[in-house]
Amino acid sequence: MSDKPLLQVKDLKTHFFTASGVAKAVDGVTFSLDSGQTLGIVGESGSGKSVTSNSIMRLLPKNGRIVGGEILFEDKDIAKLKISDMLDIRGKDISMIFQDPMTALDPVFTIGSQIMEVINAHQKLSKKEARDYAIKVLGMVGIPDPEKRLKSYPHEFSGGMRQRVIIAMAIACHPKLIIADEPTTALDVTVQAQVLNLLKDLQKETGTAIILVTHNLGVVWRMCDSVMVMYAGKTVEYTDVRTLYSNPRHPYTWGLLKSMPKITDDPNVPLASIPGTPPDLKLTGGSCNFHNRCKYCQKICMQESPQMKEVEPGHFVACHFSKEELEKIGGSIDE
Amino acid sequence: MLKMIVKRILQLIPVLLITMTITFVITRVLPGNPAVTILGPQASPEAIEAMEEEMGLNDPMPIQYLNYIKGIVTGDLGTSYRYNQPVAELLLDKLPNTLSLAMTSLIIALVIGIPVGILSAIKQYSIFDYVAMFLALVGVSMPAFWLGLMLVLVFSVNLGWLPTMGMGSLANGFGDVLIHLILPAFCLSTGSMANFARISRSSMLEVIDQDYMKAVRAKGIRETVVIMKHGFKNALPPIVTVLGMRIAALMTGAIMIEQIFNWPGIGRLIVDAINNNDFELIQGTVLFMAILYVFVNLLVDIAYLYLNPKVNYESERRAG
Repeated sequence: MSDKPLLQVKDLKTHFFTASGVAKAVDGVTFSLDSGQTLGIVGESGSGKSVTSNSIMRLLPKNGRIVGGEILFEDKDIAKLKISDMLDIRGKDISMIFQDPMTALDPVFTIGSQIMEVINAHQKLSKKEARDYAIKVLGMVGIPDPEKRLKSYPHEFSGGMRQRVIIAMAIACHPKLIIADEPTTALDVTVQAQVLNLLKDLQKETGTAIILVTHNLGVVWRMCDSVMVMYAGKTVEYTDVRTLYSNPRHPYTWGLLKSMPKITDDPNVPLASIPGTPPDLKLTGGSCNFHNRCKYCQKICMQESPQMKEVEPGHFVACHFSKEELEKIGGSIDE
Repeated sequence: MLKMIVKRILQLIPVLLITMTITFVITRVLPGNPAVTILGPQASPEAIEAMEEEMGLNDPMPIQYLNYIKGIVTGDLGTSYRYNQPVAELLLDKLPNTLSLAMTSLIIALVIGIPVGILSAIKQYSIFDYVAMFLALVGVSMPAFWLGLMLVLVFSVNLGWLPTMGMGSLANGFGDVLIHLILPAFCLSTGSMANFARISRSSMLEVIDQDYMKAVRAKGIRETVVIMKHGFKNALPPIVTVLGMRIAALMTGAIMIEQIFNWPGIGRLIVDAINNNDFELIQGTVLFMAILYVFVNLLVDIAYLYLNPKVNYESERRAG
């Protein structure tokens, strides 16, 4: 194996062409991911997390297009592949787990046929082999009595069980990368932990890399090796989990960390939040996207979009100012 | 599954009884005395009296009703006075003609309508979509008899390519029947074709952006397979509903078309019967059409059980 990362996304730009203008849903996203590692993508709704993962899968709606940047998967730029060539990668090298298990399974086919569909798409197996294999993966994700359950329809499963079925489909072809787009958001809290543990165990077994899209920082601490924080279509901070926790650099990351409620918080104190709303993605560019909500905002923030800088090895931040400068402007993050 | 089907068939019994009763009542309240119609206006009152007696028209209504039901159960739908033939025999005689016309129309409508609808959905808001949906709108709005007359005018009278009427004869070879079938079948199919195109489009649009479609794409499945296997199967139930309605509508729609193209089917039979006040023939054909509707609906319901596993599951739970 080469020492190059499995996946390298460089300055990815995915725009949506709508009647009322071009929405820059993803407008400069950079990160990389090694085999066996987990990257968390965090950010609020509309920050471009899902569009980033859909861009990697090339599963964009008709009006969405990758307009710039590279997605190097094993040194191949899949941003420029023909869709017909993507078919060999989807489901086999890169697979996807969706947010809502209630809607991500086709209601009119048995789960057996849906699992065998992905197996047959990428492996030459006889009917019986495919079936045995489907039973095996169903067992791997902890579905009891998998042989019998092959003939069940999605509506006969609970949400957590369906997510397990979806994970079974995702791992069926030993993908090198699994993109999990908010895999636990739609699940009960008790089931969330089960599903996350399952993903973690499967990763240990198979050595696959995972991109975990989430807006839950707790999930990130628990699951991920590195984190990319996104805001309004841009990477604002990207580093390993420990660094982000101990030494966050971007004012948005600070706000994000501060707005995480802790069990020790005084229940009478209102929850912390970042005031204001994200910008209209049709109007971004030419300034820092966060400037209107940033308490450290200076003149330059309204005039120039900040570039990504490596502030320490492996720690990338897109802010005009260093931590020290920010603290001079508006006080430390704890205030 | 089987339990559900049996249950659904048992439910047919009251429906059929009501259908028969309504048909019975309708034919009794129709104006005109059948005995007079048969014997002609010059018949003597005694002859009319005798005729009424013979036809059982003087029996009390409940007795007439019982006789009528008994007849239906034993396959006796009465006798047409005009053709002097049992109604059942007449129906069976004409049925293949109407069926071949209606089924050909249905096939034309399905083969053109559904693919056009699906393509329109895939290429929503494209030129193809706009043109197809405009034509579909025209198709559902246009009266079939007017279209029939126009088609005859253009293709038969002006261009002379196709025969104006009749159904040809198998004796002259299959091609003769086929060439006679083109105009009436096409004409009969337009409304259904437009309906299929519209329902396929809207039903397909509803499923095309569902999460599970994207999930299938994420498996590396070709787009055509995604659309035809997962999309179409999910979009099918509304299409089958319309299909059921259209099969029945095609059979009755044939009444008009058979008149225009002089097609010797059940439609012609009904119109003849009404024109001649052929009382038992009216009763028989109307009942036949009604029963046809009921059975097509039964088939649609059974098809649902196969198409939507959830319907099956829920109804079985309800049935206990």
